Amino acid sequence: MSNEENNKGMKKLLKQAIAPAPDTELRRDLWPQMLRKLEEQRATVISVPWFDWALAAILSAVLVFFPGSIPALLYHL
Amino acid sequence: MELLERFAAGDLEAFEALFREHHKEVYAWIVRIVRDHGIAEDLTVEAFWRIYRARDRFEPAGNFRAWARRIATNASLDHLRTARRETELAEDLASAGTSDPAVRREARERIRKAFQELPPKYRLVATLALIEEEPYNNIAEAVGISIALVKVRVFRAVRMLRKKLNSLGVEVNAK
Repeated sequence: MSNEENNKGMKKLLKQAIAPAPDTELRRDLWPQMLRKLEEQRATVISVPWFDWALAAILSAVLVFFPGSIPALLYHL
Repeated sequence: MELLERFAAGDLEAFEALFREHHKEVYAWIVRIVRDHGIAEDLTVEAFWRIYRARDRFEPAGNFRAWARRIATNASLDHLRTARRETELAEDLASAGTSDPAVRREARERIRKAFQELPPKYRLVATLALIEEEPYNNIAEAVGISIALVKVRVFRAVRMLRKKLNSLGVEVNAK
């Protein structure tokens, strides 16, 4: 049986069970949804969790008030 | 500056213009693959989000329509992969237009089930080639593979379906 014949039989059978999409027209404006997605993604990229800021502040304070800890810190990095 | 150049440079207004020009076509393509209007809407937005994110990789002299369709196809394929088990074919899309009374409801269910169980990359190509009767060259362009490979995938999908259907007691005639 050739590929074409093979496909014909299957096409016929499939079409009896699964019709081609009858309606592919979009009925609403998706731009507002698109804008929301862009805003959400932008916010995700920009926002840094508060505990990351707190950790950075603590680390900066330690380095400023105890400069002697810098070599130890570098050693452990 | 041309619209595509402005888009590639990150201009949101240019992106909106491209979105408005192409989103209905992208949606129509996606709904033929995923066969669910709500999911197709979400995937259209997801596809355009990917398009926007990849804007600096877009060559302004290139074909935006073809590029968008390929990204939409990839987004649809990702959906078929992740939602393989949960997604059932919507009844209105699945059985609308069925006119042959000889094919009983039970047999139709078996055929749909066998089709659902195809691996996603075969299901995608089989949906477009066998159900939607999309030309092979369009499928190849959208999926990003050669026409020969599309034919191979259709052939393998048919073989898998035939085997599955035979085991379910559904006879597949050649013509």
